[in-house]
Amino acid sequence: MDKTVNQKAWFLVLPVFLVVAFSAVLPLMTVVNYSMQDTFGNNQFFWNGVGWFKELLDPSTDLGGRFLASLGRNLFFSLVILAIEVPLGIVVALSMPRQGWTVAACLVTLALPLLIPWNVVGTIWQIFGRPDIGLLGYVLNHIGLDYNYVSNDIDAWVTVIVMDVWHWTSLVALLCYAGLKSIPEAYYQAAQIDGASRWAVFKAIQLPKMNRVLLIAVLLRFMDSFMIYTEPFVVTGGGPGNSTTFVSIELVKIALGQFDLGKAAALSLVYNLIILIVCWIFYTVMTNAGSERKPQEGAA
Amino acid sequence: MHSIPGRRLIMGLFLIFLMLPIYWLVNMSFKTNGEIISTMTLWPHAPTLQHYRRIFTDESWYSGYINSLEYVIINTIISISVALPAAYAFSRYRFLGDKHLFFWLLSNRMAPAAVYALPFFNLYSAIGLFDTPWAVALAHCIFNVPLAVWILEGFVSGVPREIDETAFLDGYSFPRFFIRILVPLIASGIGVAAFFCFMFSWVELLLARTLTSVNAKPIAAVMTRTVSAAGMDWGLLAAAGVLTIIPGALVIWFVRNYIARGFALGRV
Repeated sequence: MDKTVNQKAWFLVLPVFLVVAFSAVLPLMTVVNYSMQDTFGNNQFFWNGVGWFKELLDPSTDLGGRFLASLGRNLFFSLVILAIEVPLGIVVALSMPRQGWTVAACLVTLALPLLIPWNVVGTIWQIFGRPDIGLLGYVLNHIGLDYNYVSNDIDAWVTVIVMDVWHWTSLVALLCYAGLKSIPEAYYQAAQIDGASRWAVFKAIQLPKMNRVLLIAVLLRFMDSFMIYTEPFVVTGGGPGNSTTFVSIELVKIALGQFDLGKAAALSLVYNLIILIVCWIFYTVMTNAGSERKPQEGAA
Repeated sequence: MHSIPGRRLIMGLFLIFLMLPIYWLVNMSFKTNGEIISTMTLWPHAPTLQHYRRIFTDESWYSGYINSLEYVIINTIISISVALPAAYAFSRYRFLGDKHLFFWLLSNRMAPAAVYALPFFNLYSAIGLFDTPWAVALAHCIFNVPLAVWILEGFVSGVPREIDETAFLDGYSFPRFFIRILVPLIASGIGVAAFFCFMFSWVELLLARTLTSVNAKPIAAVMTRTVSAAGMDWGLLAAAGVLTIIPGALVIWFVRNYIARGFALGRV
């Protein structure tokens, strides 16, 4: 189905354009403006050029060191949770019941963590992990593990990662489930006639059908974990020390904590640029995957 | 759909993993603070409603829920009404810069809220909307409008083009076609998009907290007050947390059959 060329369609997208431009472009201009300036307070600004950017990308300065360290932590965090959530989500999607009332029950239960406000997710795990009043912390300490996410770096990391897996694996599972549902029964019957093993069915039928939704899942999970703020902030406050300070937490500390507008703005721009690049890569892959798929579908 | 061996066990274990922390929160919300701190009990031995009573009688508490619902609803209405025509345009027409515009929208859905916190603060203070639900509602548009466009575009594309053509041949004007024919056809899609706008606006805290101070303070920000000089009021915090889960749990039931499709942004 070819789309017709119609420039009047711009009138239909104009409201969206205006609303998003108002809340995206205007503030971004302010950020660009701040990133080039320094202030002595009292709203007196002077030109600083690319000074902040130089400092930001130089690990030997305070700002650069903090930024690059939090960026490294954040990338590591994103990779770990992707490595856990994507396979786990696929397994959970494959484990969905086939029919009956259990399907709806499972879907609703799966979706529940996604609808909890992010600070409450943090609160839930803050309480759950505490050695004195939380079930998890209490049990772990009673079976002999010295678990305390407030004082131990590794425990804090494990808590934040488990929390994210708890919070977002359902998203991957629901997406994969949607992909699996779109496979016609005839495909499985054909596989059965061919005597295909379960693994072969997964590799040749289920995985290719899930490709597209998996791409969306990876994109959403990468982006959201890359800008994670509220949940770790509530649980660990970025600590112990700086061990769970991710980029957003560092940025808010600089912007709203210290009111260091120039530094915060420079960090914002670089942060945004990284996200834009990753986004663009995903978008290109996604649209290419879409256009490759169409001729195949026509042939089949 | 073919499944894997041991699927009941896997599903059961995963659901227990999901429910256990939530159960613990609910459990704590019915305990007295004395019981929470002194003993480890798997269920409340002396169940109490004192924390819930406090939230429902203290205005500074329940107004937090009202404020949150207020901006969430405003945001959902704005997002859906501007996204509907755009979704139709993206689905049916090609026009100058359409792909770039779509990518630009996508990139805004992904923009970190932390980047916008400070400029939003300045912007909404300057135009006098600071500390009103409108500020938060407009700020949340930055990620909800693109999301709504995506989801609705998927659903509009599911409507056969012949229906548009027949309607126009029958002499329907564009607005009339839109409201009388298209909107009813994609009603479920609108429901799903509204659900997602509701959800993402409801769970967001950073912008909501930055753009409000007293009058429009969301419940998430009110909850931070449970930390006081006398220590944490754990029971109250747990009860407030449980109450924030309920609206989500209610709306989820209505869209349960479309959840998966919605999360795939309407493109499965």
